[in-house]
Amino acid sequence: MAIFDTNVSLGRWSFRRLAGDDTASLAARLKQRTVTTALAASFEALLHDDIAQVNVRTAEECAARGQGILLPVGAVNPRLPDWKEDLRRCVEVHKMRAIRLHPNYQGYALADPDVAALFALAERHNILVQIAVQMEDERTQHPVFHVGPVNLAPLPALVAHLPRLRVQVLNASRFAPGQARQLCAAGRVYLDIAMHEGALGLSNLLQQVPLDRVTFGSCFPLFYFESSQLKIREAGLDAAAAKAILFDNASRMLDGASR
Amino acid sequence: MIWDLHCHLPAFGGRTPEESVARMIETGDRLGIERYCVYMGTTWQNDPTPEQLRQGNDEVLRALDHWRDRLFGFVYLNPKHTEFSLKELDRCVRDGPMVGVKLWVAQRCTAPELDPIIERAAQLKAVIFQHTWLKLQGNLAGESTPQDLAVLAARHPKTRIICGHTGGDWEIGIRAVRALPNVSVDLAGSDATAGFTEMAVRELGAERVIYGSDAGGRSFASQLGKVLGADLTAAQRKLILKDNLRQLMLPILKAKGISA
Repeated sequence: MAIFDTNVSLGRWSFRRLAGDDTASLAARLKQRTVTTALAASFEALLHDDIAQVNVRTAEECAARGQGILLPVGAVNPRLPDWKEDLRRCVEVHKMRAIRLHPNYQGYALADPDVAALFALAERHNILVQIAVQMEDERTQHPVFHVGPVNLAPLPALVAHLPRLRVQVLNASRFAPGQARQLCAAGRVYLDIAMHEGALGLSNLLQQVPLDRVTFGSCFPLFYFESSQLKIREAGLDAAAAKAILFDNASRMLDGASR
Repeated sequence: MIWDLHCHLPAFGGRTPEESVARMIETGDRLGIERYCVYMGTTWQNDPTPEQLRQGNDEVLRALDHWRDRLFGFVYLNPKHTEFSLKELDRCVRDGPMVGVKLWVAQRCTAPELDPIIERAAQLKAVIFQHTWLKLQGNLAGESTPQDLAVLAARHPKTRIICGHTGGDWEIGIRAVRALPNVSVDLAGSDATAGFTEMAVRELGAERVIYGSDAGGRSFASQLGKVLGADLTAAQRKLILKDNLRQLMLPILKAKGISA
């Protein structure tokens, strides 16, 4: 079955080498796993301040070595001066259809006023906004580099008045009771399953949110791809539901189409 | 087929231990899991009293009663209650159907109170599992690190001990136990971070690496992904998914007349 992976990253992870941390190898490994489309952002976006060049490299890498399956995802950091120009270049120069935010690594909170401005502009540009809640378990981070997960509490209010904005939450491991439902009810919010945990975790998530809001994401190559892939099997989904999560929902999300 | 070293009853949503296990097995069957090691009952205490230990172990015994062909039970002990723990070990392992020992976070495993438990478990050929973690924010007062486990394992060089979770922070945990050939590592209960299994195999040898999930706190899927997604040979994968654990258990299984 073809897979649309909404959550892959390019380049080097700062704390260890990864199998697939060069773009050609990443694309080949994804293709081996029947991925036909993948949203690829850059690890560099977590810590680099020259975001404009990160976006140039992301676009070039996907075009040159993405083997036709990698769609470049831009980086925008609303803490940086003139961030609107970065968003403009993502849309107009690089023709990117999504941006990925890392508020916890980039040093801001979703409650910051510039985030509301960024969301409003993203809606106007019809570009998907991905928010990475975390990249790794904060308990096992490097001792001089502690980064806690993003607080999603402000998100419902942020999206409530932007009916055309699409936001995807990546790498949430667990939601507080009612939180996933609240997020999806507030606006066009989608969730990925890369770090979603617990036995029957996906089945339980599907009892809280509509099927069409759940998308496949692997966090590859930082995580083993099979971790997410096997969650589909663990959930015991029928073929139609599996196909929706593995491909169709992400495709609709990126296109901006509603069911 | 797959043997899972590390499973728990809570989070499967059953009203009874039997119901929780039924749901666990229904879920694990979708992923090819043949046998499940189960510990600690339906409610957990960091520092359980003897009564609480007995209650949790009784729940595991109830579950085992219905699923002898699919489950292996490990007796949960608290080294702070040494005499009671030795009696509970006899009740559940020597005289009962359990085949292993689970030690959690009541007392760091460097404490001398563990020695009689390890010695008695070794006499019974029971598999010994010690939880370990290395938390950036700090461990619980009685929570062992892999370095603690290395101290314990060095005191009992002829007894095989499993390093639970490989300390969570596996790049440190693997190094901590590398020099101790009597220590195997458990892959369970941490994020499915790529490279974990490959490093464990490279530094310890595939014979010292054992698949476990820590379900239901973790999904079977995310933890199996650590083995099925790793760059390994088919032979290494087979060792990790079943053969290493089976080899550890064979002496006690044979002694109890359990075929597996």
